[in-house]
Amino acid sequence: MSFPLLTVLAVLPLFGAAVLLIVPKPMARQVGLVFALATLVLGVVTALLATVGGRDFSETLVWIKTFGAHWALGPVDGLALVMVLATVILVPFLLIAEWNTVDLDDKWSARIYFALVLVTESLALFAFLANDLLLFYVFFEATLIPMYFLIGGFGGKRRGYAAIKFLLFGLGGGLIMLAAVVGAGAMSARQGTLSLLYSDLRLVDFNNGFGMAIFVCFLIAFALKNPMVPFHTWLPDAAEEGTPGSSALLVGVLDKLGTFGMIRVCLELFPDASRQAGQIMVLLGLISMIWGAMAAIAQKNLMRMIAFTSVSHFGFIVIGIFSFTTVSLSGAMFYMFGHAFSTAILFLAAGFLVRRRGTAEIAAYGGVQKVAPMLAAVFLIGGLSSLALPGFSSFVAEFMVIAGSFARHPILAGISSIGVVLSAMYILGTYQKVFTGPVTDQVVNTFGADTRRDLSWRERIAVGPLIALLLFFGFFPQPLLAPIADTAATTMHQVGLADPTPTLKGNN
Amino acid sequence: MSPENYLILSAILFSIGIFGVMVRRNALVAFMSIELMLNASNLALVTFSNMHAGNSGFVLDGQIFAFFVMVVAAAEVVVGLAIIVSIFRTRRSASVDDASLLKF
Amino acid sequence: MDLSHTIMFSYAWLLIAIPLAGATILLLLGSAAKKWGHWLGTAVALASFVYGACLFAEMFLAPAEQRATDVPVYTLIDVGTWHVTFGLLIDQLSVLFILLITGVGSLIHIYSIGYMAHDERRSRFFGYLNLFIAAMLLLVTADSYLLMFFGWEGVGLASYLLISFWQERPAAAAAGKKAFVMNRIGDLGVILAMSLLFTTVGSVQYSEVFAAANRIPVATATLIGFFLLLGACGKSAQVPLQAWLLDAMEGPTPVSALIHAATMVTAGVYVITRSGAIFDHAPAAATGVVIVGTVTMLAGAWIGTSKDDIKKALAGSTMSQIGYMMMAAGIGGPAYAYAIFHLLTHGFFKANMFLGAGSVMHGMDDDVNMRRMGGLAKFMRITTVTFAMGYLAIIGFPLFSGFFSKDHIIVAAFGYNPVIGICAMIGALITAYYMTRMMLLTFYGKRRWVEPQEANPNRLPVRHPHESPLTMTIPLIVLALFSIGAGLLMNHWIGQWLHPVTDPAHPHEVTFGEGLIEAFTNPLAWITLVLVAIGIGLGWLVFGRNRDIPLEAPRPNLAEQIGRNDLYGDAINNAAVVHPFLAGTEGVAKADEGIIDGVAVGSAGVIGGLSTQLKRAQTGYVRSYAVTMTAGVIVVGLVLILGQLA
Repeated sequence: MSFPLLTVLAVLPLFGAAVLLIVPKPMARQVGLVFALATLVLGVVTALLATVGGRDFSETLVWIKTFGAHWALGPVDGLALVMVLATVILVPFLLIAEWNTVDLDDKWSARIYFALVLVTESLALFAFLANDLLLFYVFFEATLIPMYFLIGGFGGKRRGYAAIKFLLFGLGGGLIMLAAVVGAGAMSARQGTLSLLYSDLRLVDFNNGFGMAIFVCFLIAFALKNPMVPFHTWLPDAAEEGTPGSSALLVGVLDKLGTFGMIRVCLELFPDASRQAGQIMVLLGLISMIWGAMAAIAQKNLMRMIAFTSVSHFGFIVIGIFSFTTVSLSGAMFYMFGHAFSTAILFLAAGFLVRRRGTAEIAAYGGVQKVAPMLAAVFLIGGLSSLALPGFSSFVAEFMVIAGSFARHPILAGISSIGVVLSAMYILGTYQKVFTGPVTDQVVNTFGADTRRDLSWRERIAVGPLIALLLFFGFFPQPLLAPIADTAATTMHQVGLADPTPTLKGNN
Repeated sequence: MSPENYLILSAILFSIGIFGVMVRRNALVAFMSIELMLNASNLALVTFSNMHAGNSGFVLDGQIFAFFVMVVAAAEVVVGLAIIVSIFRTRRSASVDDASLLKF
Repeated sequence: MDLSHTIMFSYAWLLIAIPLAGATILLLLGSAAKKWGHWLGTAVALASFVYGACLFAEMFLAPAEQRATDVPVYTLIDVGTWHVTFGLLIDQLSVLFILLITGVGSLIHIYSIGYMAHDERRSRFFGYLNLFIAAMLLLVTADSYLLMFFGWEGVGLASYLLISFWQERPAAAAAGKKAFVMNRIGDLGVILAMSLLFTTVGSVQYSEVFAAANRIPVATATLIGFFLLLGACGKSAQVPLQAWLLDAMEGPTPVSALIHAATMVTAGVYVITRSGAIFDHAPAAATGVVIVGTVTMLAGAWIGTSKDDIKKALAGSTMSQIGYMMMAAGIGGPAYAYAIFHLLTHGFFKANMFLGAGSVMHGMDDDVNMRRMGGLAKFMRITTVTFAMGYLAIIGFPLFSGFFSKDHIIVAAFGYNPVIGICAMIGALITAYYMTRMMLLTFYGKRRWVEPQEANPNRLPVRHPHESPLTMTIPLIVLALFSIGAGLLMNHWIGQWLHPVTDPAHPHEVTFGEGLIEAFTNPLAWITLVLVAIGIGLGWLVFGRNRDIPLEAPRPNLAEQIGRNDLYGDAINNAAVVHPFLAGTEGVAKADEGIIDGVAVGSAGVIGGLSTQLKRAQTGYVRSYAVTMTAGVIVVGLVLILGQLA
């Protein structure tokens, strides 16, 4: 067996977290950042080798024989690729942004925070790379633990409530998923040998009532994670109470496990059930999208607003996944990549605001643009990316979702394009209230009358590269779209549906 | 002698034990009742072992299991008596109804 | 065979990259570029103009069939059934736009050096202007709808940033947001049109779409046409998405001239002309375009007659003139060229007048109310003369540029439908009336202000009007020259030039209308001229002859009342859409917290309550536990025994 590069990649941040607990406190943050950057480099190298180099890094070892479970990671296909890249790129910048984080009571230091983030990164990487259902489940669930402490340890005043809510929803979904994993294993055993490898499960025939029930269980578990309306109410609380970095990590990476699972597990293992559920899921995605956007428009708290925009965006991703065209599916995967960064920018920019002003209530701001132009620009850019302005990768993704699903569900996709208007309303409405108009006294008192308290260099480094990345993939999406499209085509093949051909081309 | 008689004796002893635990307030008596139940089950185990062996000879399974029970019982006595004694020292009472703090 | 092998054309992407680089540098450096930012911004715009002019020259010299050139740059998206390239289509139509955008754009850059001299964020202003130029060039040179949409949204962004440039003014911030959101409603139409094209034709490249246009089912083509019209309505401020344009006047005046008069707002006309193949195939959609254009033309003119704010009156006029262009674009055939012709001449004379208005504001302490002006002709000669050239052009004074371009449209409208034709004529009359009103109120008549040293018994506003600096007057003079001569210059030429684009099916039949002589032999032209004269006379009767103009507007009559309120566009939007929608969002937020989260938290509460009740069973009495345990054992035993018996 060759060098287990994927295991090393995923273990590296975990190892870093362990090292963090040993090194002296003043050095901890630097060491943590070094490990995050090392993971970034290793992740990018792996991605390049896997796509451009065409190398196959998959590893398969028997883990628990009686369960048919394997320690199986890889291959790094388009879907795994974008999520791994999103994770490894995002984490170092979150650490830079949260450089001075301590919890409210000053009990937990930044060292713990950095270690927890690294642990989360490691577990998420394992989940994205897993090629075995039980392995995926274990890491899917395990991410709850560090995230629970990140919210509960470092958040705002009601962080205990938010952390418990997050944990209970997560555990609830996990429990349902565990039942589904057991059920899938049972069906696999009944039809031959018990194996939870994806490749083996794809051969199992789940096309009966029991298989449908398992599929629905998975779907509910992933909808809780995503989150989709009406299972989403834990997210605004978690985002409001968590630190901006934790929220960005939660929404940008961990919640993607839901949509990731929908593609990797629901679509690829349960093609028949997925086809049957397609239209309903598109409808539910549409409801999520509109509900989240409308709720976002009416929010009075910045962090909650951003959380609801994510609910809306996840609705879009679900529409793309369950419309079953190569384009919409590729768009959904590409959306998952871009969304990680645009949401992170928004959360971090909002965090920079809150750190200065001391509250996330939108009404407490006004005219900030005057005293912090750079901060305003960063928030606006994150917002423009969130509202899918062409030039940002999110536009390519959103357009591929809308126009791709249009071929399958013209009416629903047509309605989904309303999201374009709604997103402009919540982003620009918030920008208007927070940044424009005359500078209010409270803002002057906290920001100062001149631009001295605008973004520091550290804060600029935290968001600058993310912005550059979004713009780059907004104009040159093809390097990432190529591997994504391959995976989407494979998935479409597994689902057993061909792309709808354009009517005129069909006649030729 | 029929093994059933041993079992009947075991059942009687066990019932006395249960009755003792349910009725008596004195912690020491309740404790002795528990020991009685354990020994009743030991008797049952040994009897079953004997029955299991049948005509084929001698099987040690049940007997060994009984030894395990005795060891556990001895350990339990050590801990249990210590608790009872320390409660008696602080409260000057060995009534189980007086020690009802472990509740909602 | 085309020009893509030539060096100028193969690097045509530089045209966009240059201003984009300028914008990037200026916006990244921020206040560090304060000293020289405006020079860089202007140089970049001029460089783009020079490049565009070279492209035009090269194309002009090439044979007609080689002119249209598609320059592929790289693959944008290649997924599944989609193959979208990033390519530039530089043909007879887009090259005219390139010249207009970079030419007028450069002039406005120069003008802004003076106009924005006292603004501490001037270099950022130039960064935004450069961004706009880049996006607008991308819009017109894109070779696919998707790439065009990049530019389309890019100009929307630049427009948003520039309208709300003075962000500390709540009105400016609100106007920017309103413009962007209303434009997004239009964008929805473009997105849906592209989706339809992908599902029917399988491509959004112009070449493939137009080649297949005849085979698209008429119903689908009509739908695509209406979706494109929705987009055009948003971007070009046509009814029913017109309400943002008047508010957009909150932006600095050069922005109003460049974006909200000369270039961006005409993007809708561009798209409809470009999509001629689709509209030719979907007569119902084309009729829709004509109707929208006619309604907006009259509505804008109506608003123009009753505004006292000089910029808003000009904005109403812009709406109205774009209505003319839309009308022509909807009529189609040779009228496509009329639409573009009017678009170009309008670009010159309207930019001229907006900049003139800016020059007036510059001299009048940024006051925009024409009731507090009057008699400025003596104090601002260059501004007055150049504004007058624009005035003569827009009302269609013989031989001025608007005369030719508008006349073509009116004749074409009569050919299309007499009702539309009569509306177009009435529009010309109203245009003459409100422009005369503007001229008289601003530059002539009694002074309704006093100089600082004068006695001021009537408590008139104190002003010190003066002519603007050279950086501002030179662009005015250049634009005034174009307002005079552009019509004569292009009248014979533009139809032939654009013919391969507007009527690709018959590249050799040129059916472009009247020349100079015919313009005076056509009775319709004479009737129009008479109507224009009546309009001028009316304006003179009401506002001329040294009439006293009250500082505060007198109680208006009903028509004026409606015009002042923008035909109640905002009121209708608010009552029908905005307020119900905002109430809906509040409802959703409440339902989210109350019902959905309520159920989640409530179920947690129910479980908590149940456990509070259940925990009472934990009495702490060891003996009661023992009884429970025994009972349990007995039950289990009984079940087992009964199970054996059964």
